[in-house]
Amino acid sequence: MQQIINFFIKNSTKLLFLLLLVISFGLIIQTHTFHQSSFISSANGVTGYVYENVNNFKEYMHLKTENDALVLENAYLKSIAYNNTSVKDSVEIKNLMPAERQEYSIIVAKVIRNTFNTKENYLTIKGGDKQGIQSDMGVINSNGVIGIIEKTSKNYSTVQSILNVKSKINAKIKGSNHFGTLQWDGKNTGYVNLSDIPRLAEIYKGDTIVTGGISKIFPENIPIGVIEKAYTNETSNYFTISVRLFNDMTNLGYIYVIKNKDIEEINQLEAETKDE
Amino acid sequence: MNSVAFSNIARFIALLIAQILIFNNIDLFGFINPFPYILFIILFPTDNNKPIFYLASFTLGIIVDMFENSGGIHAAASLILAFARPSILKFSFGISYQYHNLNIIKKVTKDIFTSLEVFGYITISVVIHHIVLFGLEFFRFNFIWEILLRTILTTVTTLLTCILILYLIKPSKK
Repeated sequence: MQQIINFFIKNSTKLLFLLLLVISFGLIIQTHTFHQSSFISSANGVTGYVYENVNNFKEYMHLKTENDALVLENAYLKSIAYNNTSVKDSVEIKNLMPAERQEYSIIVAKVIRNTFNTKENYLTIKGGDKQGIQSDMGVINSNGVIGIIEKTSKNYSTVQSILNVKSKINAKIKGSNHFGTLQWDGKNTGYVNLSDIPRLAEIYKGDTIVTGGISKIFPENIPIGVIEKAYTNETSNYFTISVRLFNDMTNLGYIYVIKNKDIEEINQLEAETKDE
Repeated sequence: MNSVAFSNIARFIALLIAQILIFNNIDLFGFINPFPYILFIILFPTDNNKPIFYLASFTLGIIVDMFENSGGIHAAASLILAFARPSILKFSFGISYQYHNLNIIKKVTKDIFTSLEVFGYITISVVIHHIVLFGLEFFRFNFIWEILLRTILTTVTTLLTCILILYLIKPSKK
């Protein structure tokens, strides 16, 4: 016993080093392996506060581009609104989706921190539990998909960006029902890869890629990007498509968090199905 | 609290603030961020207080990790650099550095442009830190070229920022 204690006292520095090393490697392996992982994330009060203040300074530089994007989106929404009224006169569709049965609700939040230079990129946004944001909600802006909420705190959340080698998003070619998985290869911030589209599908350069309908997180038909290149290899029956994103992921201001109101119902149903 | 501890705590906080507010936002060519926060580890006094040295390096790294959402890679890289520092010191300044009661801050800030030993010491430290950092960040062997490319480019920028900072805090000759 005495010898064991002596051993610990003699080697206390080395043991401390090993302990700290094991802790840090544990943290690294956790973030690399699991989806909802990081113990240490910027979704906490201190980091959120710092990034919010830094962002307040940076925001001034992007006011003009931000305004332009909002004006464009306004114009688009107006065009939808005007076109809708003209249709309504001839075809009256009532009670198809009453107001209280809206499936999705939208929460607006501001990006206070955006990274895009590593393999696993995250955004930090101002808005958390208090605003009703929870993990696994979809994040979009007027141009298209941005990512999925990873972790939330009281006032802040982190978003797993579409530019994260861990993220997998269900997507399809607009107007068809060929589904595939959207993943980033970690190289160019403007492009992502869509895999698992069968070779039977007719695809053309410039076709639009949108979110698929089998996801609980995103509604159907949210734009993502256009087809830039498609290639197959001899052995597989699937295309790998390089998709150019509509969003400039290096320049994000305000974003919308999509809340699926039925998510609890769906999750409960799925859990019950698994139990049996 | 003596003045050595105080100046080290001040350096810890100042470098951390500079790293988070300035150097994490540089994004040179879209992917290069210098990491001059490791100057804290480079300039830590060389007397034999290893537990505090390890703990301080680890804490420094984990705070940077927290702001970067990067798991524990900065903590691990800083800790390994702290562990390797005695060997780097021995290699650059010769085996007898411990007996000369080397004042590392004075030596480094004074001789940065004149002495090859000091330059070598800083370069080796930065390279070790960055290899561990990017190796852990990518965590895969098929990214080996990207790891090397990033290590080299980031090492150059980190070295430049470190030398710039050392030049700025250099005591004036009177």
